[in-house]
Amino acid sequence: MLVSLEWLKDYTDIKVSETEFADAMVMSGSNLETVEKVGEGIENVVVGRIEKIEQHPDADKLVVCQINIGNREAAGRDEETGLLQIVTGATNVYEGAVVPVCLHNSRIPGPLHGQPKVEGGVKITKGKLRGVASYGMLCGPQELGLDDKVAPYISKDGIWLLNDEFEPGADLTEALGLEDTVIDFEITPNRPDCLAMIGMAREAAATFETELRYPETECENETENAADYISVDVQSDLCRRYTARIAKDIVIKQSPWWLQKRLIRAGMRPINNIVDITNFVMMEYGQPMHAFDISTLAGNRVVVKTAKAGDTFTTLDGTQRELEEGMLMICDAEKAAAVAGVMGGLDSEIRDDTTTIVIEAANFNGDSIRQTSKKLGLRTEASARFEKGIDPNLCEKAADRMCRLIELTGSGKVVAGSVDVYPVPYESTPVHARVSRINKVLGIDVDREYMVKVLENLEMAVEGEGDDLYVTAPTVRQDIAIEEDIIEEIGRIYGFDMLPVTQPKGDTQAEKPFTWQMRDLARNAMTGMGLTEIQTYSFVSPSGVDNCRIAEDSWERSFVRIINPLGDETSVMRTLLTPNMLEVLSRNFTRNIPCVKAFEIGNTFMADPFDDKALPQESHSLSIGAYGGDEDFYSVKGYVTEVLDLMGISHYEFVAESDYGTYHPGRCARIVAKVPVKRIPALEGLKQLVEEENGPEDTAGKIFYDEVEIGIMGEIHPDVAKKYQLKTRVYTAEIMFDTLCEISNTKKVYVPLPKFPSTSRDIALLVDESTEAGTIEKVIVSAADSDILKNVALFDVYRGKQVEAGKKSVAFTLTYQDSEKTLTDEDVAPVHERVLDALKEKLGAVLREM
Amino acid sequence: MQNQLSKILEEAKERLASAVSVDDTEEIRVRMLGKKGQMTEVLRSMKDMAPEDRKTFGQEANQVRAQIESMLRDKMEEMRAKAQNMKFEAERIDVTEPGRKTALGSKHPITITIDEISKIFMSMGFSIAEGPEVETVFYNFDALNAGPNHPARDMTDTFYITEDTLLRTQTSPVQARTLEKTNPPIRVISPGRCFRCDTPDATHSPMFHQVEGLVVDEGITMADLKGVLDKFAKQMFGADARTKFRPHHFPFTEPSAEMDVSCFKCGGKGCKVCKGSGWIEILGCGMVHPSVLEVGDVDTEKYTGFAFGMGVERIAMLKYEIDDIRLLYENDMRFIGQFK
Repeated sequence: MLVSLEWLKDYTDIKVSETEFADAMVMSGSNLETVEKVGEGIENVVVGRIEKIEQHPDADKLVVCQINIGNREAAGRDEETGLLQIVTGATNVYEGAVVPVCLHNSRIPGPLHGQPKVEGGVKITKGKLRGVASYGMLCGPQELGLDDKVAPYISKDGIWLLNDEFEPGADLTEALGLEDTVIDFEITPNRPDCLAMIGMAREAAATFETELRYPETECENETENAADYISVDVQSDLCRRYTARIAKDIVIKQSPWWLQKRLIRAGMRPINNIVDITNFVMMEYGQPMHAFDISTLAGNRVVVKTAKAGDTFTTLDGTQRELEEGMLMICDAEKAAAVAGVMGGLDSEIRDDTTTIVIEAANFNGDSIRQTSKKLGLRTEASARFEKGIDPNLCEKAADRMCRLIELTGSGKVVAGSVDVYPVPYESTPVHARVSRINKVLGIDVDREYMVKVLENLEMAVEGEGDDLYVTAPTVRQDIAIEEDIIEEIGRIYGFDMLPVTQPKGDTQAEKPFTWQMRDLARNAMTGMGLTEIQTYSFVSPSGVDNCRIAEDSWERSFVRIINPLGDETSVMRTLLTPNMLEVLSRNFTRNIPCVKAFEIGNTFMADPFDDKALPQESHSLSIGAYGGDEDFYSVKGYVTEVLDLMGISHYEFVAESDYGTYHPGRCARIVAKVPVKRIPALEGLKQLVEEENGPEDTAGKIFYDEVEIGIMGEIHPDVAKKYQLKTRVYTAEIMFDTLCEISNTKKVYVPLPKFPSTSRDIALLVDESTEAGTIEKVIVSAADSDILKNVALFDVYRGKQVEAGKKSVAFTLTYQDSEKTLTDEDVAPVHERVLDALKEKLGAVLREM
Repeated sequence: MQNQLSKILEEAKERLASAVSVDDTEEIRVRMLGKKGQMTEVLRSMKDMAPEDRKTFGQEANQVRAQIESMLRDKMEEMRAKAQNMKFEAERIDVTEPGRKTALGSKHPITITIDEISKIFMSMGFSIAEGPEVETVFYNFDALNAGPNHPARDMTDTFYITEDTLLRTQTSPVQARTLEKTNPPIRVISPGRCFRCDTPDATHSPMFHQVEGLVVDEGITMADLKGVLDKFAKQMFGADARTKFRPHHFPFTEPSAEMDVSCFKCGGKGCKVCKGSGWIEILGCGMVHPSVLEVGDVDTEKYTGFAFGMGVERIAMLKYEIDDIRLLYENDMRFIGQFK
């Protein structure tokens, strides 16, 4: 909301500087975007009247003007005639026109017509145009610093044609009162009353405790009776009020400068007196106004009713529009004349030959206007205001004000009376508030007297006594409904900056959700291992799963879909993080970053297959991605196992997987955690089952494990890598992080350090290429079947000269230790023998010489 | 015999004087004092001596032996030190060559900022609460007092999954959920992702993060709101930070305010970061609207509360002087690596 201080002063006194005014208004609730000084940078420009125009002898597109600049001294002024010769190319000049004249050595803000804006403005000097002397320049409104959007209609493409009200020779800045300060206030949606000069003046008056002055609405001369000219029939309750007044003997002309100037400051273009007055009253009261040419209204009737589906209507912008059932229309006895509250019709527009007008001040249902304006794709100053809600009591005052302005500006004669359809007048309901409660919520201690004064300065009526305040707000203040609204009014005028600064008294214990703590832990571990955290969009393209060769019928395709996405690439919620990870790796790869190690912990979304109205299941995933450097399957496996260890998952397996499309069939593993059954409440029953089957003595003291799949990892399939323009081997892992949290065990219990030394045996085995290290390890552990075997560690895999084709040599260190004594060869030998026998027997492993 | 002893001593002296290494010295020790050394030989010859001569000679021999041993020790020490110095010299490295790095990775600046904000509020007794990113219309709008025609509900502003579910546009629904399942006293913050239909550009992102906070207890005042948020500002932006509370409007608070913090770049003098005003808008806040408290059946006569919400991207961008929000979601390693 652009507020000219000069205009605001029409309604209340402002006794402080612009800066003090702006600051105080901000602190009382009217936040502002900008404070702009306007009308500056004009020097030595005067009002002139063109006395004579002659064609330039040598240029078709130029004319030579003789200009009356009164008694003003100026270089080049003809001593005999007193006129100043200026050559111009403008086409809208005429003899008798009053125009701005830049004298020799004048300065204007510019930009000059057709040229870019220059900082510091433009200096104008005398010169010769095609051999004819020109002692200055005639200029247009834009050259004097007006925005193109607000340049008066008749002058917007040429020289600024001023009204006759100015004397030739007068200083332009002074005569027009060009200097002003315009503040752009940010109006919050709860305060549509501030989208009006009077509303802003009310705020200023309450802030500075000054008087609020309402504009004149009484006409001096009124004749006849409006009801003899027009009848109004409201057929829809979407119209709360319709007030019509009549003005006749209309003369269409330019508005007086004071009125044009106020509109320009408010960001509106002056067009002609009737349109300008309509806009002026809207800006003054916040009430949209409309004027119809009565000769276009069949039957001299206004009928307010809703449209039928399929009706068409041509708005005054010349566009024919399809109407929908229920759109509120202003019609005459036969046809539509306007889309209520949105835009008038082309056929009922005011024209230069209009003589009698109907002035409409109406109140329409905001939601209805909002829908109509949205459906028609037509948002206007009027519709925006109706949407936000307007006080129906404004209609009469605004209509009267418009009549007074028509009379005041000599634009026509006002017909007495009005036709006012207002079936249910709106009144404010008093709000009960308590002095004690207001003080309690704000944390202050002010007396009733102060509160009453604040509320009365905001034009609210206060009744009641003692602690009770019964507050009746003016009807424009539709936001005042409950006690808290009164608290806000007192608080903001008292000043939030004046409230004390205290700490809440209670005591609470700060807690973090468990998975939050786990995510913290994992992030720290990941960054500690040199991985960098990424964050990617929760919504993705459905093509990501195609790129990753995810099977057609798999759960990764059970998307939660957005009805109104920005585009296909953000149209579904992610079920996996890997496609996003690949995109990020790809982006970094194409930017020539040689090695990347990255991770993301984020939400994934799964639609509920049984209930499409239910919220989807959201769970966290941990995604790891790497390429370049020393990164390979095993480095990524290392990151994964470190996280598993960190989260207390002591038993897990990597199971080779060849059928998951995203990964290299020979370099992919499913990650399976082995979880003690007792840690999964849902599996308690299973444990009982095992006990029943095996008998209690067999199961006593033993822990049963259940396998839980927690993720997958591997080298990205070359076809997938190609889709992401990754011309390198890429490794990723995706872990179901919330599942990991569920089965995690971060409780630490001290295990006594061994008192007796350990002994170790290295073995090298010749086995088939297809025998997995994991299998060998399992055979070793199960064959030993002894507590003294403490650790089995793979330390070498060899393929080459000494090993025949199809075989490999795998070397392990077996560590034996007893907590009760130092082990002797005799203690270890039987266990170790059992291991070697089993390896030979079960895997056909041949022991190699170490 | 004495002659022999002094000869041995002389020889030892001579040899030691010309020894240049630990090995030389050791060789001298073996030659002079070893099992087959000269001294041993001389001592062995003692058995043929008369007993009284043997005694005198033995004493003298022991003296000489001790003397040689001491000389050997000193020489050995000298030679060891010399050898070590030579080794040190040989092992001298160029300390200006670059270090071998096991580089730490870095967290994402959004995570870092959320962690920082959370830590400050946790120190003031706030717990962390989380809610779903796909929310119901009820929790996102209805429960937060947004009218049925509130423009934020439009499909042009909010992403919908169904008629009744959407991508939350704020983390405030967590407030409503908390109020439903927790009794006062309540002190929570809810960090998380939010979504709005904004086409990405330098200052807009369709996905962003917020941290919202809620306090409900007996006797909570707007002065408490100022106290908590002022303390937050001082911890987040420096002890010199000043705050300013301007009246504003939000559907779920009444009275509502926006908090500005004195520019942490220029200290309030006016610069590019604060656009010359000396102040930076940081968050929205206010006293919880009674309609919101009623969602949790909170007795609004007994309890009052305040709520606040801030944009994490905005704070991160101001703090790190990031000029384009899209950088945060491009995940260029060279970008994230700067926040280590």
